[in-house]
Amino acid sequence: MNWLSIFIAGVITYFCRFSMVTFIKSEMLNEKTRLILSYVPSAVFPAIIFPAIFLNETGILVNINDPKIIGATIAIIVGYFSKNVIATILTGLISYWIIILLM
Amino acid sequence: MSSKSDIFKKGSIDIAPHLLSVVPFGIIFGAIGIELGFDPYLTYATSLIIFGGASQIVFVQLLSGGASSLIAITSVGVVNSRHLLYGAVLSQYLEKLNLIKKLIYSYFITDQGFAVSNIYLNENKNQKFNHYHIIGAGITLWISWQISTIAGIILGSIIPDELGLKFAIPLTFIAIIVQDLRKLDHVLVMIVSGVSAVILYNIPFKSYIIVAPLIGLLASSVILKFKLIK
Repeated sequence: MNWLSIFIAGVITYFCRFSMVTFIKSEMLNEKTRLILSYVPSAVFPAIIFPAIFLNETGILVNINDPKIIGATIAIIVGYFSKNVIATILTGLISYWIIILLM
Repeated sequence: MSSKSDIFKKGSIDIAPHLLSVVPFGIIFGAIGIELGFDPYLTYATSLIIFGGASQIVFVQLLSGGASSLIAITSVGVVNSRHLLYGAVLSQYLEKLNLIKKLIYSYFITDQGFAVSNIYLNENKNQKFNHYHIIGAGITLWISWQISTIAGIILGSIIPDELGLKFAIPLTFIAIIVQDLRKLDHVLVMIVSGVSAVILYNIPFKSYIIVAPLIGLLASSVILKFKLIK
């Protein structure tokens, strides 16, 4: 990480923020583009989540009883029902800690 | 008719419940940056210059995992492309402002800010100055994010490595998308993207982080075709 890469990443992010506000009216986005953009979070975040849970440090699949899989499962259940961001992260993290400390 | 400061305050109040997730998220980000071995000043600079929590975590995680700057920067762009959508929606309320104001307001648009301001603006379409809601919500969130990142950077140098704080990364993203598990089309896109990422994890330059979401979006366009046929 260096200043230049942060700066470029910042400029790209800022471009995403202002370009539509400044130059485009919402009617100009066609319905299809708008619908596809609404799937962006569901397409982007699992690409980070899955490898971080199912792969170990060397990029090999972990066992089904890996603490990360158990912690993530608990977080998903808690998040789904509680709809609470902090509860989701904390229960996942705490159950993960309990398992790695016990094992 | 509400005054500018009333509307600004309303924005701050509306965003307040979201700070319950923003503040811990900021602390986690700051701590992760340090845990991954980055310089405290550079870690903080991402909060100031990029100012997008999820993308900042992706950025530091990829760089620490050996990805090239090009891949990390592109990923930030992919993650933040959703702002194009927010901007397109909010632009209808900001049309009357001059360019300078538009450029300033844009910097403060976030996921949570968009969510609350979009509701307010929708309900108060004919009110003058109601764009102050965006700036009230935006600045409140911005200050919270800056302070909590700094707190995390300080804490990160105290938290021991054995605790595996890195696991907070997938958990944070789970918290962001878990509500979409209620929608089957989103679940399908998530599975396609996630499984692709695992399979493609070892392709060069960590480019799985861009290729997998694109496969996911391809799946979403196929799903849309089926939905539209119905």
